[in-house]
Amino acid sequence: MSELAFFIDYSRCIGCQACVHACEECDTHRGRSLIHLETIERRDSVQTAPQVCMHCEDPICAQVCPADAIKQTAEGVVQSSLKPRCIGCSNCVLACPFGVPKYDGDADQMMKCDMCYDRTSTGRRPMCATVCPSGALAFTTIEEIMQTRQGRAVNDWQFGDQHVRTKVFVLVPTEVTRVNVAVIPLSSLRRSQPPPVPYDVAALLEGQ
Amino acid sequence: MAKLPASISDLVAQFGPHLKSEPAGGWTTRGEPDRIVPTHCCFCGQQCGIQLKVKDEKIVGFEPWEEFPFNKGKLCPKGVKRYMQDEHPDRLLTPLIRTEANGFQPIDWDTALDRTAREIQRIQSAYGRDAFAVLTGASLTNEKAYLMGKFARVAVRTANIDYNGRLCMVSAGAASKKILGIDRSANPWSDIPKAKVILVAGANIAECAPITTDYLWQARENGAKLIVIDPRLTPIARTADLFIPVRSGGDIGVFYGMLHVMVQRGWINREFIAAHTTGWGAVEAIVERYTPEYAATVASVPASMIVRAAEMWGPADTSFLLHARGIEHHSKGVENCMAAINLVVATGRIGREGCGYAMITGQGNGQGAREQGQKCDQLPGARDIENPAHREYIAGVWGVDESTIPNTGLSAVPLLEAIHDGRIKGLLLLCFNPAVSLPDGDFVREALGRLEFFTVIDFFMSETARYADLVLPGSLMEEDEGTTTNVEGRVIHHRQVVQPPEGARQDWRIICALAQRLGAGDKFQYQSSRDIFEELRIASKGGVADYAGITWERIDREMGVCWPCPSLDHPGTPRLYEGWEFGHPDGKAHFQPADWRPAAEEPDADYPIVLTTGRVVSQYLSGTQTRRIGALVDQYPQPQCEIHPRLAESLGIVDGDFVRVESRRGAIVVRAQVVRTIRPDTVFIPYHWPLDRSANTCTIRAIDPVSKIPEFKICAVRVSRAPAPSGDIAALETAAGGIR
Repeated sequence: MSELAFFIDYSRCIGCQACVHACEECDTHRGRSLIHLETIERRDSVQTAPQVCMHCEDPICAQVCPADAIKQTAEGVVQSSLKPRCIGCSNCVLACPFGVPKYDGDADQMMKCDMCYDRTSTGRRPMCATVCPSGALAFTTIEEIMQTRQGRAVNDWQFGDQHVRTKVFVLVPTEVTRVNVAVIPLSSLRRSQPPPVPYDVAALLEGQ
Repeated sequence: MAKLPASISDLVAQFGPHLKSEPAGGWTTRGEPDRIVPTHCCFCGQQCGIQLKVKDEKIVGFEPWEEFPFNKGKLCPKGVKRYMQDEHPDRLLTPLIRTEANGFQPIDWDTALDRTAREIQRIQSAYGRDAFAVLTGASLTNEKAYLMGKFARVAVRTANIDYNGRLCMVSAGAASKKILGIDRSANPWSDIPKAKVILVAGANIAECAPITTDYLWQARENGAKLIVIDPRLTPIARTADLFIPVRSGGDIGVFYGMLHVMVQRGWINREFIAAHTTGWGAVEAIVERYTPEYAATVASVPASMIVRAAEMWGPADTSFLLHARGIEHHSKGVENCMAAINLVVATGRIGREGCGYAMITGQGNGQGAREQGQKCDQLPGARDIENPAHREYIAGVWGVDESTIPNTGLSAVPLLEAIHDGRIKGLLLLCFNPAVSLPDGDFVREALGRLEFFTVIDFFMSETARYADLVLPGSLMEEDEGTTTNVEGRVIHHRQVVQPPEGARQDWRIICALAQRLGAGDKFQYQSSRDIFEELRIASKGGVADYAGITWERIDREMGVCWPCPSLDHPGTPRLYEGWEFGHPDGKAHFQPADWRPAAEEPDADYPIVLTTGRVVSQYLSGTQTRRIGALVDQYPQPQCEIHPRLAESLGIVDGDFVRVESRRGAIVVRAQVVRTIRPDTVFIPYHWPLDRSANTCTIRAIDPVSKIPEFKICAVRVSRAPAPSGDIAALETAAGGIR
């Protein structure tokens, strides 16, 4: 059996914030939640999306850190900045394609999800993935995921020219083998029409 | 307005709600716990397993309980933060007596108990036994629910006891009992992922029963189709295969429209109907009129949606129906539920793996607390208080003469009306906050102010307790031991995790001390809450909800036991109606016809908009507990009025505006939240807040004729932009009823 891994299925998320609250209970950063829960556009939809650190194999945050403050464990977990080294420059905050690291002013260092290293290193599952009531976050084996979920678990990403491989998997439709995030120039965005609103109840009632 | 012993601002300053945002001892000094106790969450009928961490005899955190089969460690935000109610600064630690214009002053326990007993006797000798009433709750353990029913009938000897489950499960229960013969969800949750089509009617599962979401999603991974019926596009509706944005109260249109199509296309199990049911003819006659076109006018949705729903539900091999307050909180709540259950019985898809039906209980012990005899019309074991044989049996268990057991009393809303018009003069209340949770809030608060004598048992000063003459500090779930019965009918064990703080007492001890003073002490000789459970087992024996074979040891060993469980060697009954043996004496299911009828108050020219109410994921019921937990308040600090942009634009309202929502009963001011995820003829406001933010100030005091459930889900309002509220109430923190 393969080792336990972290999986995100955005389509399952119900926005309840159990993950946000549970993260705060982790012993390494008690009282401080490090997971992000994004509300996509509440006016148009109830869609939400949880974002843990994806733990890149070759983490961009560490590559751009001028103080060499971001380290990876032997298991590939990318940790928060080392406090004595972090200079608070926020290069990592700007560079991360997933928007994960945040500079914490009170702590005066970059802090981010460390996949509950205190728990996972002692055989327990991360807080967020244990409590998540919808299964949007799961910490289990790839076999278990293949057996119980539709779609495909992928950890290959393409951001414009940059290829990223992550320790964390996301569930996507079976035909997708790599998540391609197109880089769109701002100018073209302004010219385009506003996106359709698929969840407008008034439109549904009119049979649209 | 009703009288209070001090200004609301002063009462809030002294008793809260204040927010607790850090565990006992703070975040940084927590250290390794001394012990970790597996127990259950106290919020909502899912009753998830959770382990509480104890250090220095204080609860300081939690650890998921992954071995408990129902939720496998999963929790919602309320579960994650439930432990923050422990060691809370608002905790009541002494009996309090009302002193005019001077708030509440501490008094000693004996004086408080003596005074309560004396006032019960005074009121009953002056006005009659039934002039003193008892109100209780469905968040109580089975032991306490049993005790309260017995206390009211044996010690107080009043007919007038009812409970806040009257606002929750009674429509579902009545419908289930009428058709299937038993008031309980028919199936264990493990059947949900095995169904090929799932119909969710009036249940915001993601926010009100979050753990159930994973069961739904698992069904879909297995290929199930999901149909969601709701006036709002809820998080589970977002990706449903079919979302039907029904007009509140139009549900029968969807159900009967589906049934009409199913009859037309031969998706009815006539063999099953002939052999195992009665009454189909009357239903079929009504359904014949519900062509998709007519049904669409009742439901106020496109006819094509109803046809599509029938095409998904009708020919499926396996199916599961889930419903909750959205169809139940109506003056036709029982009829709505019956129409839904007819959809199940007409297909014969019940009583086997992957086929069935469940009502989603709302309160912590929503299932168990309605079986132990604290409803105005019931005795323990879900027995009927008007049935001579049932009365005789319970009289024997209690050691009283059958004739001394009162008959049916008033249900919650008529009971408050009787207080308002002076027929009921005294009240003892435990685990109920009617000042926030009952409809027509101004009327309710006025009634509470008219009581000659009022004692409240609670661990926090609820908005209702402010009206009391005496407040007795009771206990949290984790400070007592007992059982509850979850949404599946699974009886589970809440362990005692810590002792109540100095000054507070376990609720059952308070009740027994009062019984003693009322001269019934010999009937309340319990040394522990377990003694009460042992008596409950006997009292339930032979009843529908039979717990006779359930012991605390079995519960621990088997991770819960589902009733009916008549003997120690009986395995319990996770799935009802196997072999199509239904709960009626004839063993058959009884179809119930019911035609659609309008709500008590439909919109009109003066009040043109439908108001519907419900919950948010971070709050529980009237908020007495959850409005005191910082993280849960931060998540959704104050009620908002969800309104579609089309309606908002026509009223000149933009997102974030203050809006006045006004019905014929009263008006409140809240912020507008402009969203496309609600019908344009409907606004939604969650009900967890008090005073000028209380949605129930607007809701209507209309009840279902059978279940007596209030019509929380539809009344008529008008909505307008409003200036920023000012004054003392507006200036309070949002958890106390203020606005930002």
